[in-house]
Amino acid sequence: MIPVHWYLYLGAGLFTIGVIGVLTRRNVIVILMSIELILNAVNINLVAFSQYFHSTNGQVFAIFVITDAAAEAAVGLGLIIALFRNKETVNADEIDLLKW
Amino acid sequence: MMEINLPQIAFFALSALALISAIMVITRRNAIHSAIWLIITLFSVAGVFLMLHAEFLFAVQIILYVGGIMVLFLFVIMLVNLDVAAKQSQFSRQWFVAVVTALVLTAELVYGIYLDHRGFLIIPPPPAAAATNNTQAIAVGLYQTYMLPVEIASLLLLVAMVGAVVMAKRKFE
Repeated sequence: MIPVHWYLYLGAGLFTIGVIGVLTRRNVIVILMSIELILNAVNINLVAFSQYFHSTNGQVFAIFVITDAAAEAAVGLGLIIALFRNKETVNADEIDLLKW
Repeated sequence: MMEINLPQIAFFALSALALISAIMVITRRNAIHSAIWLIITLFSVAGVFLMLHAEFLFAVQIILYVGGIMVLFLFVIMLVNLDVAAKQSQFSRQWFVAVVTALVLTAELVYGIYLDHRGFLIIPPPPAAAATNNTQAIAVGLYQTYMLPVEIASLLLLVAMVGAVVMAKRKFE
């Protein structure tokens, strides 16, 4: 039997790596991948508590999170394609048209 | 004294694989390599789901994440020319502040979990009628308790699909 807080530590670790990826990388595609890491960390916590409380509500919610991840990936990658067509770059700090 | 048993070894192996491959995701120069490492992370997380007796989510994770989202990622990486970006600096100028901030956030999370982890050691008693299997229980949850959210999620997917097509289209008229 694995105590539930081990899963929480694992989720916290994955979440941190995802946050560091979002904040430090310049490549927009890798930033999107880091967001997927963050969503996976959240899913681990949801499923761990779902198992802990003997309830499937957490797993149902994890399915909604996966749905959101799919929608976010589709829209984000569409944005990246449109962006690359207009600006020829995938670096987040070169996309500064709105920054004055 | 806690003796090490097989589930714990499996948990540590899966956790180590997930964390190491996640670190590889955010440090690789080539975006394709990042995507491959992310696939390994997703498989490890699927293994963690299996250890938590969430068999349906295990299958969904592999089919939807690895089979769907990651193929989309690889497709876009090959569509977008990354040769120029691969030669430039991979990390933004504020990376040091960002890492320190993220580590402070983690310290808070770990401290919070550590403060509360004695409470998690108490296992709540299982419900009396727990005879249904995992997929069946999730189906009941999805289509009875959470029917309206399922409809909203389907609408969200439709909007995302149309939005992605509109944005990736060549000419906007």
